[in-house]
Amino acid sequence: MNALAVKAYDLRQDVLDIIVSGGGGHIGGDMSSMEIMLTLYNRMNITPETADDPDRDRFVLSKGHCVETLYAVLADRGFLDLDEIKATFSKFGSEYIGHPHNTLRGIEMNSGSLGHGLSVCVGMALAGRMDGRTYRVYTLMGDGELAEGSVWEGATSAGHYKLDNLCAVIDRNHLQISGTTEEVMDPGNLRERLEATGWHVIEVADGNDVDQLNAAFDEAEKTKGKPTCIIANTIKGKGSALMENKAGWHHHLPNAEEYAQIKADLAARKEALLHE
Amino acid sequence: MNKIPNRAVMCDVLKEAAAKDRNVVVLCSDSRGSGSMTSFAETYPAQFVEVGIAEQNLVGIAAGMAACGKKPFAVSPASFISTRSYEQCKVDCAYSNTNVKLVGISGGVSYGALGMSHHSAQDIAAMSAIPGMRVYLPSDRHQTRKLFEALLKDEQTAYIRLGRNPVEDVYTEENVPFAMDKATVLAEGSDALLVACGEMVKPAKDAAELLREQGISAAVLDMYCVKPLDAEGLLKAAKGKKLVVSVEEHSPFGGLGSMVAQVIGANDPKKVLTLALPDAPVITGTSAEVFRYYGLDAEGIAKTVREALKN
Repeated sequence: MNALAVKAYDLRQDVLDIIVSGGGGHIGGDMSSMEIMLTLYNRMNITPETADDPDRDRFVLSKGHCVETLYAVLADRGFLDLDEIKATFSKFGSEYIGHPHNTLRGIEMNSGSLGHGLSVCVGMALAGRMDGRTYRVYTLMGDGELAEGSVWEGATSAGHYKLDNLCAVIDRNHLQISGTTEEVMDPGNLRERLEATGWHVIEVADGNDVDQLNAAFDEAEKTKGKPTCIIANTIKGKGSALMENKAGWHHHLPNAEEYAQIKADLAARKEALLHE
Repeated sequence: MNKIPNRAVMCDVLKEAAAKDRNVVVLCSDSRGSGSMTSFAETYPAQFVEVGIAEQNLVGIAAGMAACGKKPFAVSPASFISTRSYEQCKVDCAYSNTNVKLVGISGGVSYGALGMSHHSAQDIAAMSAIPGMRVYLPSDRHQTRKLFEALLKDEQTAYIRLGRNPVEDVYTEENVPFAMDKATVLAEGSDALLVACGEMVKPAKDAAELLREQGISAAVLDMYCVKPLDAEGLLKAAKGKKLVVSVEEHSPFGGLGSMVAQVIGANDPKKVLTLALPDAPVITGTSAEVFRYYGLDAEGIAKTVREALKN
């Protein structure tokens, strides 16, 4: 069993604690995107010591509301202090707010309003190419976010400039705050939409599977002459039947009973993985 | 009569900078012609990025480049860059603290008969309301050069509005008093103070000369730095005056006039008049015709001062 797959369940416990401590958070998307961010930060060329290195790989969390998972992963990688996050998240005067902020080590750009990350990453990828640097640029978007027109401005320009140092990941959990993405605003055939503007598209059947994600990131790195989009099919609220595939858990503060249930479910999932 | 628009001077300064520093880059949104950036694009193609008609993407890409050490100048019509991409200016530039210089070309009513969709009468208010965003409106080509030379040396985002047409010189090549974020005193006076920015500086200066002939002594301040407003310079210039009149090519709300009134009201209360465009779609015409119609030419400004001093 991949050790990261197990670790993902430990970090989900951290996310749960961060959210409960701060009085609420975007728990559904945090849980669906955990393996994506964890896998990325375990393969990107960046450490706390090289967080300012011009050759570092870049990650921009375009779906900024899943910051609790980013905090947990950055803490695990030594960028941030988990105890401090748990103690202060969303509290008066805290640096740890509900969206990424680049005064924190390891966070490149501020986000929160959706549809910004891809354009920013196009700029980062263009700058890297201009300077002859070999770093790679990654962004993670939500599938609800794809209704933002600016996403498609960014996508068109990435294809136009054939940015093969850029990889976008879509957390395809099929849910947003008001319902399914198909009910709220159907994004249509994503593969066709992206391929039409010059993207290489990889669909990952289980976007909560670290091995499948790593294989997709390997393929993206090898793909030349076009940007790659990984459509990662994930489960919103992944980790506990209480929250899985439930739009109501997009943003939620678990009560004491729910908290205990989720903790137990996460522990059981981890235990099952260890015995696989 | 000067025939060189301020935007052409910007291009010259950026080309000089690009020759020495490959991190100086220009981005356009199918706007290289209206931004006078064609010769930059031709001379430094590796330092030029065409984004197409996508202003949100323009500013987002510029911010990403700045985050990687580039010094981007995003050049796009003022109306679009200040409102279509407002959120990118707020989040990706100011909030993320990236060194993006946002250049709004064809500002104010430069586009004349093209109508309100192409006029930027809200940009000062909108941009000034963003924490960390600076707002500059240079008055002539000489000051434009000084301003861009200064902006190339700092690492903070800013919004700069330039007009489309050549404007008459306020300064001379040999004499351009300029200090970053300090207003320039153009004329001393004892009765009234005229505070103007951008293309309104020249008519304000001319108005003071008309008034002088009529026995009214008006001081003139070129407040090209609308934010951070030079409050100290303003209060010094306003001291002892009966009247302060601000003049701007902008909505009457939230622009230079609002800021001047705030500072005067809090520190040295006296009558403050705001000369600006109306809170309505402006009448069809060239910039000069529009300014005359709304009393923003030298005669109109002088008349306002004269009548206000009578009361």
